[in-house]
Amino acid sequence: MKMTRFIIVALLVFATGLMLPKVVSNPYYFYAGYVVLQYVVIATGWNILGGYAGYTNFGSSAFFGAGAYMAAFLFKALGVSIFVQILGACVVGMLLGLATGYLTLRIQGVYFAIATVALVIVLETLVHNTEYLGGASGMTHLADPAPAWFGGQTQYVFCIMLGLAVAAVVLARWIEVSWIGRGFRAIRASEPAAEASGVPTLKLKLLACALSGGVMAAAGAPYPTYTSYLDPVSAFSLLIGLNALAMPLIGGTRSWLGPVIGAVLLASVQQLATVTISSEFNILAVGLVLIAFVVAAPEGLLGLRFRSRAA
Amino acid sequence: MNRLVVEGLHAGYGAVTVLRDVNLEVREGELVALLGMNGNGKSTLLNCIMGFVRPTSGRVLLEWEGETIELSRSAAHETTRRGVAYVPEGRRLAPNLTVEENLMLAGGSGRGKAKLKENLGFCYEMFPILDERRRQLSSTLSGGQQQMLAIARALMTSPRIMVVDEPSVGLAPIVVEQVISTIRTLQETTNMTILMAEQSFFQAIEVASRAYVLSHGRIIHTFDQKVDPASSEEIRSAMMGIA
Repeated sequence: MKMTRFIIVALLVFATGLMLPKVVSNPYYFYAGYVVLQYVVIATGWNILGGYAGYTNFGSSAFFGAGAYMAAFLFKALGVSIFVQILGACVVGMLLGLATGYLTLRIQGVYFAIATVALVIVLETLVHNTEYLGGASGMTHLADPAPAWFGGQTQYVFCIMLGLAVAAVVLARWIEVSWIGRGFRAIRASEPAAEASGVPTLKLKLLACALSGGVMAAAGAPYPTYTSYLDPVSAFSLLIGLNALAMPLIGGTRSWLGPVIGAVLLASVQQLATVTISSEFNILAVGLVLIAFVVAAPEGLLGLRFRSRAA
Repeated sequence: MNRLVVEGLHAGYGAVTVLRDVNLEVREGELVALLGMNGNGKSTLLNCIMGFVRPTSGRVLLEWEGETIELSRSAAHETTRRGVAYVPEGRRLAPNLTVEENLMLAGGSGRGKAKLKENLGFCYEMFPILDERRRQLSSTLSGGQQQMLAIARALMTSPRIMVVDEPSVGLAPIVVEQVISTIRTLQETTNMTILMAEQSFFQAIEVASRAYVLSHGRIIHTFDQKVDPASSEEIRSAMMGIA
């Protein structure tokens, strides 16, 4: 069975990652690698709704931010471990996805996209006005020391994010080969056609929203531990929403590999640019790369491969 | 008796009334033709049966194996799952799925799920060209092949009744003949119950066991037996609103 082999390879990748802290000593690589992996999770989550089902979400940072704030809240209120924080973030993300979906899926195309932008503003305003969450000035988040094996907090969250990335990719792959994935793609093509095939389109769209939201919120959960600080401006940053849709578009939205390639490429370039040029350069870089791809490779890098094969 | 009944159906879009007091019945094993020119309400009627359009009054009932299901209240995917398969006008396949994925999608839930392999085998036997092109994207098929796929997709749901909307639309005359004869073969070999809307009426009446003529949203004529080609002129006049 192909899926079993896929899961075994995914687990091997994760196991290799767990060994990295013993081999690589410079923590900067983990610090930068964390961001790349975080975007692998976000892009993969975005692609479940945006790529497979064809609903463009501009508000990914709402889900990321909600996940991050849920994690910080759970830690501040109950002192629970990072795994429980991730679980809590995941649940909040799914509920948020479900609610957004329920309210907005009757509108399609550009209107759905606008509604998702509004969600970011609503949540950010909510956090700004909640004193317990630190309001506009943010909150510190001093996590418990990491297990000794990892040699430091950065290496630890890197490995956790790697685990999330592996889980997200396995989920995406499973959706792709399952009946649900075919249903999503049929929805993307034509909803009446999907209905005629006996596909419950509204239910499947809600499922896509919930899964997508859950994954993106999970990506936000380790963020406060990673930076030991959380503020609304960076949690609900425009860059996250932009990257979330740019990465799958660059890589290709048809398969799980597209968002992974897009995230690794774009996030690495951004990390390099942050070190060598300036962190402000990032948004400009995303914009330019995105325009280039829309013009030259509208179906992403994987689309180019398919196209050259067909020619 | 197993049958699909439409009772006193009125339907429309907003302020526009399309169907006025439509009554019809499709009994098990029949191939019923629904004839009418463009814009007389054929598709609206089929859309009401499927659940895409809600009637303003009247009912659509599926009386089957002692059960009575009111279809006019169920969503389209539920209608499909209850055994009324739909072959939409203009095929409406999922172009980004392969031939086999289109079939697996339709057959992978509801009534067809338990017989997935069997249904797939039957479809490939009936349409060898689809077997040959199973890994191709459905958008790369010719119009006639796409229509075959749309019919096969309906078969994958293990239907009690097939509702076929204008299978001849957008096809070359020779392909229209092929499609219609495919539907006839299907009906003869499997005793499938079929309701087929058509405006290419000479072809439709050749295969239909009974026919209804729809004009301005009303059933204006009913042929209660196998239509005699000799009376086809009568149907034609009825459709054109001359008689």
